Amino acid sequence: MAETDIVTYSVNFGPQHPAAHGVLRLVLEMDGEVVERADPHIGLLHRGTEKLIEYRPYLQNIPYFDRLDYVSMMCQEHSFVLAVEKLLGVEVPIRAQYIRVLFCEITRILNHLLNVTTFALDCGAMTPLLWGFEQREKLMEFYEAVSGARMHANYFRFGGVAKDMPAGLDERIAAWCDQFAPFLDDLETLLTDNRIFKQRTVDIGVVSAEQAIAWGFSGPMLRASGVAWDLRKAQPYEVYDRMDFDIPVGRHGDCWDRYLVRMQEMRESLKIIRQCLEQMPEGPVRTPNHKVTPPSRAEMKRSMEALIHHFKLYTEGIHVPAGEVYVATENPKGEFAVYLVADGTNKPYRCKIRSPGFVHLQALELMAKGHQLADIPAIIGSLDIVFGEIDR
Amino acid sequence: MAVWDEAGAVEGLEEILAAIRPALSESLIEAHIRRGELTLLVARQDIRRVLLYLRDEPSLLFKQLVDLCGVDYPERELRFEVVYHLLSLHHNQRLRVKVQTDEQTPVPSVVPVHPAAAWFEREAWDMYGILFADHPDLRRILTDYGFEGHPLRKDFPLTGYVELRYDEDQKRVVYEPVKLRQDFRTFDFLSPWEGMGELLPGDEKAQS
Repeated sequence: MAETDIVTYSVNFGPQHPAAHGVLRLVLEMDGEVVERADPHIGLLHRGTEKLIEYRPYLQNIPYFDRLDYVSMMCQEHSFVLAVEKLLGVEVPIRAQYIRVLFCEITRILNHLLNVTTFALDCGAMTPLLWGFEQREKLMEFYEAVSGARMHANYFRFGGVAKDMPAGLDERIAAWCDQFAPFLDDLETLLTDNRIFKQRTVDIGVVSAEQAIAWGFSGPMLRASGVAWDLRKAQPYEVYDRMDFDIPVGRHGDCWDRYLVRMQEMRESLKIIRQCLEQMPEGPVRTPNHKVTPPSRAEMKRSMEALIHHFKLYTEGIHVPAGEVYVATENPKGEFAVYLVADGTNKPYRCKIRSPGFVHLQALELMAKGHQLADIPAIIGSLDIVFGEIDR
Repeated sequence: MAVWDEAGAVEGLEEILAAIRPALSESLIEAHIRRGELTLLVARQDIRRVLLYLRDEPSLLFKQLVDLCGVDYPERELRFEVVYHLLSLHHNQRLRVKVQTDEQTPVPSVVPVHPAAAWFEREAWDMYGILFADHPDLRRILTDYGFEGHPLRKDFPLTGYVELRYDEDQKRVVYEPVKLRQDFRTFDFLSPWEGMGELLPGDEKAQS
């Protein structure tokens, strides 16, 4: 009896596919319904951010970080701002540190709401998306209140933040917190024990702890595989060492665990937001060092020196001492780091952006091999990828 | 500084450096701790052995390659640096390893040691043209299909060489040489009081 030839064929998934979360072109080699090889083609959103950064003064580079991963904006500014501050040796006032942590956690909820609900959409559940985006809208109003922009905030500055929070915002955030905890419970009733959702996600895309470490995973992806690693705890920055929160850890490293970890992280973020609001002291939000931050308007009217500082800051910018630093923060998606090489001028010599999504997407083939085509959207959804940061 | 407990960090790093020195003596060219970060410059041909040692030595366990990137210094003889950032989850330490290379000499690929390096090395090849020997799949990754040149090199212009537009007659996207409506503007912010080298303008006349 003649053996039947096994015919594999390739399928082009994307670049325009609603479940590709942006512009992912995935070349899948299929044996019937089963994925043999998955080759992601990335770079369709490559804007040369790292090149552009080398041609701009430091201050003008902050907005580029909002536009990398456009759902966790302030967290990325945070890495860059911390890197420059480390080179400058600038101290940040305590109130500014609290504001930064507060908004990083708001950003984490923003990001996880988007990821969890679109992940559910990829698996066929439509309602969570509509619910989640209502909450996102409220959070973006807080963004707008401090920075004037709903998404691309450009709010963090070297040595502090751009402006203090407007009066009454802390009460609005506290009121939002009170209604968000029951909302999360409602969201979980829709998804966590949903039979269809579990059929689509449990035991799909399993990554063991050893594999996760070897493939450079970080953030919720690493924690879902059972490694209790969080930079906010392990290498605390700003006021995270004063915060009381837990690190949720998964057990199996499948898509469902990654969903559960993110849901639990939102509850932990809520705890941190509440603590920030309680503990936040009054005080300045920018360092008084006018070589780094501009003087106040009123000061400029009276002091010649203040006027000179202002002029020098906005024409020439900050001269950062030569050296190199690698600063990583715990972004919603994982370890987002900036490797900054400064040569003493007012522009970075090299700024390498280490984006977590790039590393996670690389392991897609590891996760997708042997699964069916219908599992690919579930795996991609659970990776939490955004092409702004992968392609840079 | 408020953010990092620098004193505490350096102590641990010095211990690491003391432990590494004898084991890697023939590969280690330079090592220093600055701003609480340990940097090793190692010989290019030994990089795989160095990373393997750092990964498997029980007192170190730098099991995670978090980042790999190139840096271009055109004025140097070996113009490229490849920078590896390692993380030890067990000991909560970070480490930076560097090797130097030029346009022709390949760096041994570290994919057998850290599978996560595969895309990072593709990116370094794409952006800088750094060659990696024995890489399983050294294709371009971020730039366009059929792109020429290596955009992050310092001698590659910010505007690039080609631009593309949709051509109504040909009904497809066409590539054309870049045309700038206005000259690209860069300003020199080096103050003569700070940026001046040893040689002052006009000094060369005295010597000739």
